[in-house]
Amino acid sequence: MKSSLKNMVVVLFTITLISSAGVGYVNMITVEPIAAAKAKATEAALQAVLPAFDKTETTDLTIDELPVAVHTASKDGKVVGYAVESMTRKGFNGLIRLMVGFDAGGRVLNVNVLEQSETPGLGTKMTEEGNPLFASFKGKDPGEMKLSVKKDGGDVDALTAATISSRAYVDAMSRAYAAYKQTVGDAWDGASGATATSGATKTAAAGTSDDSEDTAAAGQMGDDARKGGDHE
Amino acid sequence: MPGKEATMNKLKLILKGIIRENPTFVLVLGMCPTLGTTTSAANGFGMGVATMSVLILSNIVISLIKNLIPDKVRIPAFIVVIASFVTVVQMLMQAFVPALYATLGVFIPLIVVNCIILGRAEAFASKNNAFDSALDGLGIGLGFTLSLTVIGTIRELLGSGSVFGHSFGIGDYMPLVFILAPGGFLVLGYLMVLFNKLAKK
Repeated sequence: MKSSLKNMVVVLFTITLISSAGVGYVNMITVEPIAAAKAKATEAALQAVLPAFDKTETTDLTIDELPVAVHTASKDGKVVGYAVESMTRKGFNGLIRLMVGFDAGGRVLNVNVLEQSETPGLGTKMTEEGNPLFASFKGKDPGEMKLSVKKDGGDVDALTAATISSRAYVDAMSRAYAAYKQTVGDAWDGASGATATSGATKTAAAGTSDDSEDTAAAGQMGDDARKGGDHE
Repeated sequence: MPGKEATMNKLKLILKGIIRENPTFVLVLGMCPTLGTTTSAANGFGMGVATMSVLILSNIVISLIKNLIPDKVRIPAFIVVIASFVTVVQMLMQAFVPALYATLGVFIPLIVVNCIILGRAEAFASKNNAFDSALDGLGIGLGFTLSLTVIGTIRELLGSGSVFGHSFGIGDYMPLVFILAPGGFLVLGYLMVLFNKLAKK
């Protein structure tokens, strides 16, 4: 069809109007199922990381500039555990979100990876059962650990060939622990150190780092870079 | 019998999208999603199917409204139609198949910028009737899905030692490079050579 200003304006206006009406209509009929599906996913994640509970109460916190939600779970009026929805931006491929379950005493019960887009076969191993990252945390109180991967002098076993993903996981875990501590009203100053992204940065989890450790970690980093085996 | 001949022609319309005008190996369209999503067979397949559904729908609608659109604004008009369908597909998936959306969600918005869809709108749907355009969308969509599934299967097998998520327990010994970007280019390049050599015969 030959173009004139009038018909171009009229046709584009009509098409956008009909399209937005259509999209709006589909949004109207899907907004409730989407909200329900999300709530169901959160509920399922809560049940996966917590002992039996009958009530949860949610507190929204901000730790290190990222939002963290703490779900305090109780049964018969007694607190049985805390599920922390934590996240990190330090992943290899964008956001990683974890649901971390703590028992009433602060020990890690279970971890559920809610969202990640790490490299398949490498960083995605963090979602598998019995992976070394989770195994390092299971049943332990993160406050008593050095929160960084072994390569950086910490206590956490990293995933093979996925050091960046592993560091990000540890970062999200320490953020979750900081949120837990804040919820129970206990100051914990290890969070900043535990978010270290490379061996050269401070690895002070719970203030136990010293200089020699940093140098060793940095040296090891260099070795790996030369080998080229460290994709993530 | 003209009826039979017509059926043959329609069948050819579908088949040409799979072989003679295969979007990935012959037309070389939509390379961004091709390389990005084929890290595993399941991802490649999912992206292919999602693209195919949008392609068929947008081809039908564009073919129906082709005579109403002034030439100078046809591209913006096509893009609006395509983007609307992508948004609708995304919302429907999120609402009714959340499990599938969890694995494919990140790829869905990419379909808007997939040049296969705009390419078919421009090259086929804007010149043919709605039924033929739907068949063209089906054929090209199938070709895209098959190509992505093949590339994904090979990359997953070579890179992580599994197929469609079924591990053979050899993942630790496989060359990881195949699920990273360079492996995508390697596999795509060799498959393109192989495909064109076989298709010529």
